[in-house]
Amino acid sequence: MNGAGTTTIEITEFSHYFGSVQTLKRITLDVLRNEIMGVIGPAGSGKSTFLCALNRLNDLVRGSRVEGLVRIDGQDIYGPEVNIVELRRKLGMVFATPVPLPRSIFENIVFGARLAGRMGKEEMSELVRDSLEKVSLWEEVKDRLDSSALQLSGGQQQRLCIARILALKADFILLDEPTSGLDPISTMKIEESLRLLKRDHTIILVTNNVKQSARVADRTAFFLGGELVEIGLTDRIFTAPADRRTDDYLRGRFG
Amino acid sequence: MRLNPRLEQTVARTVLWVFTFATVAVLLFIIIFILSRGLPVLSLDFLTRSPVDMGKGGGIFSTIVGTLALTLLAILVATPLGVGTAIYLTEYTWGGPVTRVIRFGAECLAGIPSIIFGLFGFILFVTKLKFGWSILSGGLTLAFMLLPTIIRTSEEAIKSVPPSYRQVSFSLGSTKWQTVTRVVLPSAMPGIVTGIILSVGRSIGETAATIFTAGSALRLPTSIFSSSRTMSVHFYILAREGISMPNAYGTAAILVLSILAINLLTYTLMNKFIRKYR
Repeated sequence: MNGAGTTTIEITEFSHYFGSVQTLKRITLDVLRNEIMGVIGPAGSGKSTFLCALNRLNDLVRGSRVEGLVRIDGQDIYGPEVNIVELRRKLGMVFATPVPLPRSIFENIVFGARLAGRMGKEEMSELVRDSLEKVSLWEEVKDRLDSSALQLSGGQQQRLCIARILALKADFILLDEPTSGLDPISTMKIEESLRLLKRDHTIILVTNNVKQSARVADRTAFFLGGELVEIGLTDRIFTAPADRRTDDYLRGRFG
Repeated sequence: MRLNPRLEQTVARTVLWVFTFATVAVLLFIIIFILSRGLPVLSLDFLTRSPVDMGKGGGIFSTIVGTLALTLLAILVATPLGVGTAIYLTEYTWGGPVTRVIRFGAECLAGIPSIIFGLFGFILFVTKLKFGWSILSGGLTLAFMLLPTIIRTSEEAIKSVPPSYRQVSFSLGSTKWQTVTRVVLPSAMPGIVTGIILSVGRSIGETAATIFTAGSALRLPTSIFSSSRTMSVHFYILAREGISMPNAYGTAAILVLSILAINLLTYTLMNKFIRKYR
């Protein structure tokens, strides 16, 4: 993809509220094209809210309210003329627990594409194969595409969920603690996929596991109590954090 | 006095077993009682001929047709209304006071005796709207009677669909309507269909509401404006007026068998449906 390393998401003085509770406090940060940005912080620090603010999934919760600006490729995503459906298609999301829909593997993959418009059979098969290959799930499931996605193992389900957003042709992949319920082998496979997917996507990885961020993220952001404490190159954050709180968290003094 | 825990355990198990056994026994007794008296009367003639001489002779064909027509109409009207209401209440509102009032209203409606529905249907459909005693009046009355059940069961079924499914569906770029039709409803379908089947059973067995609104004509109905007697009404009249007890039991046997058949059918279909993707 062109323009790797240039700013693609521009967040300025962004605050978020659920009712009277402020969950994000004047966040300002840029996301760069084709990077993996790790987001770490203890539970309740606003990581997931931050992620769901980018694809406006927070809108589903009553009393959700925002201030400030989020621009994605120049477009104010909270502006009046935004097409939320297109926005969400552009920023595919993977949740903490894998949530395959109660359909076949095939149907799960084409779910989003079907919503977008009619597709030929051939085209769909190709899309399914291509998406599954990118998460190295194709070989494991190619003979049972018509069986229920709920029969897959946890790790396979999560890779299916990633494949499902690849099928949307999403530019961004938002992952909300995608490996929190998985074993080390499945986790490794997913991290491997992420490194490959970086070539064509910009990835934001929220994780409870700081080591995961150290392993895969180019830059790491540390959130605490709804604030962005600091953001920087992962190596720098882990070796020479600028803020005392980051240091304490990384050393396991709290969290 | 304290019972020894082991004894307590034994007593509890025995008592619960007796309760369960009593329940099942009563059920079996009713079914066996009806069938033992009704089955000997049954024949192909009984099913395919219309009643003769007020029901003393002949079969019950016209009442079977009447029952089916009324039930079908009631379900056709009540399902879209009920399921639609349930979808609106669960998916399109935040559960504010208006929702609560609607839900409360629906629940109150469920507690109203069916004869009141019959009276209401008689006044509104039969006299005011001049549909007369007819399948139309009866079907609409039944539909209103079934609404609370369908709303309630559909709501429960829709609420039991995991919120994460909706989240995923939205995150994949569906609109609310697409989420409802492609994710929520398919997952809720077993529960919704169960509610509808329960309603079919209820409307087949309903007597009070239909005798006031569909009348008790014994002719084979020719349109939805014909008056028609349902099987339950037929049974009621045969037994109550002492016209023919054997034929009354025959009718009852058919009623019981059809309800059993409907339940079995649903059960099998649901199992098949659920097994497919779970």
